[in-house]
Amino acid sequence: MALRTKSHEMGMHTEKLGGRTQQRFFSASEEENFTYPGAFDVDFNKRAEFDADKLSTNEINLKIRDLMRQGYGTIVMKNPGAKHAVAVGILNKLNLQIEGSLGYFGCGLIDGPNIHIKGRVGWSCAENMLAGTVVIEKNAGSTFGAAIRGGDLVCKGDVGARMGIDQKGGTIIVGGRCGAFCGFMMQRGRMVILGDAGKNLGDSMYDGTIYVGGKIEGLGVDAVPGEMTDLDCQWLERKLKQYGLSAPKGVKNMTKIVAGKQLWNYDNLEPSEKKLIL
Amino acid sequence: MCGIAGLIHRGKTGDIGTEMTAMLQSLKHRGPDSTGFALYGSPKGNTLVMRFKVAEQDDMKHGFKIHDQVKERKAEVDKRLKELGATIVSAEDATEYAYRYTLDYGGDKRKLANYIEDIDGAEILSLGYGLELIKDLGDATVVADQYHLKGFKGSHALGHTRMATESDVDIRSAHPYWAYPFADVSVVHNGQLTNYWTGRRDLERRGHRFMSNCDSELIAVYLADKMSQGADLKDAMKDSIEELDGVFTYLVATADSLGMAKDVMAAKPMVLYESDDFIGLASEEVAIRSVFPHEIDTFDPYEGEVRVWKR
Repeated sequence: MALRTKSHEMGMHTEKLGGRTQQRFFSASEEENFTYPGAFDVDFNKRAEFDADKLSTNEINLKIRDLMRQGYGTIVMKNPGAKHAVAVGILNKLNLQIEGSLGYFGCGLIDGPNIHIKGRVGWSCAENMLAGTVVIEKNAGSTFGAAIRGGDLVCKGDVGARMGIDQKGGTIIVGGRCGAFCGFMMQRGRMVILGDAGKNLGDSMYDGTIYVGGKIEGLGVDAVPGEMTDLDCQWLERKLKQYGLSAPKGVKNMTKIVAGKQLWNYDNLEPSEKKLIL
Repeated sequence: MCGIAGLIHRGKTGDIGTEMTAMLQSLKHRGPDSTGFALYGSPKGNTLVMRFKVAEQDDMKHGFKIHDQVKERKAEVDKRLKELGATIVSAEDATEYAYRYTLDYGGDKRKLANYIEDIDGAEILSLGYGLELIKDLGDATVVADQYHLKGFKGSHALGHTRMATESDVDIRSAHPYWAYPFADVSVVHNGQLTNYWTGRRDLERRGHRFMSNCDSELIAVYLADKMSQGADLKDAMKDSIEELDGVFTYLVATADSLGMAKDVMAAKPMVLYESDDFIGLASEEVAIRSVFPHEIDTFDPYEGEVRVWKR
């Protein structure tokens, strides 16, 4: 029996999938949500601040863990100094405020925390993110949100190339423009680009939906325009409002890109047929 | 993977030796094998600055006669310079095998370079009026201490930390590369060129020489060749995006400019900080932070992008 969640009832995840993948959607408000063994019981009203200026990456991540162990649910990190691999592997509910910029691989492999970054992030931010929110006030580097499976990943500035490559769920929102090859091999989830998109957008995407507010330099193989529905518009309005964003020309004028699913049939071919097309 | 960095002070000079050392030291993890600097000081009239070496660092650890050979090679350099009509204004030895000469010379630079490099073990690292190219094995602080780079004042600089992949760990294969035989042109690069040999054969047929098998040297010679045909720096760089194949991000500097180019795949990183009086570029933001510890706005240039700044 197909699992229906609140997000389905809200009109999300309406892609007509062929049953090749299954996904269970995480909701922070549902009691039946999975909690990791050893997760810390934190109180959002208990607040701690620390200065990361003189700390190594390892020390920063251990500091966050130690504060969560002490029950702090709201943590403010100052002076991260664009260090790499900061705030990774957080499998806990947590409000983390980062007052500065991160280097590469920040916020990777997280499941549950709400992270707000006042600065910029380097390459591969929130890679393999499972749930939670990451909001970046400035720009982001390439491979932003690579292979994310859930949650909301928001960059209010510009993003580099290959954003959402291998995206398997969740939502990526960009306030500005993005580079080439975004949505490459995207499999599920939504991507919202309020500015212009680079070439080869959605190349070889299996599924999922990309919304673009500006110009598209070029679509990738098997990425095709889709029809904007009222459901799409409602969802976009709601989602953008949540993060204080809006489409410059209105959500109705955004372009919707979906998978043509012509490449998708490749696996259904018999070996002899594959030989013919190779 | 290598780390590259560049900076330019606009309309003024700065402590570029110390600044570039800090930037490259913070990129050490991207390339621990060797470190190189292309520093652009203030030209002193028509006085040429020649940085050259007569042996590799590793050579000094082998052979019974290497120390005598190094002296003989240096004496031969002096002799040949005199033959060409060049007057040595000053001579400094940073190491036993690497030297800095200032010269009064108004002749053909290609002829000078060819004649000096004809000496066994000799290689001109740079020849120019403002450019001084220093590279050696070790991290940025080791090389900067060895060559006394702290306190070096100038307008702009490039730097490179190298992780050797396709060629040896030696000074010859270290970056930056001087764009022989053109004064004051240097290049650093992060990436791989896949049409290296095709491009090299083409440029060799046009009379250019290659001192290493490193693909980065090709970029320097390619740009120099384009500019020798009348192209300006930006046009030459735009052509390189089309004609050089592979994944790359490179920085190039001339006597008065600093440029960056990124391939059409945007596969190699570059972070850019731009203000009215300073431009900083690096493979990672941490390098720019080593010069500007406070919060700054940075961004990634896009695929196929070419930018040039004047000092």
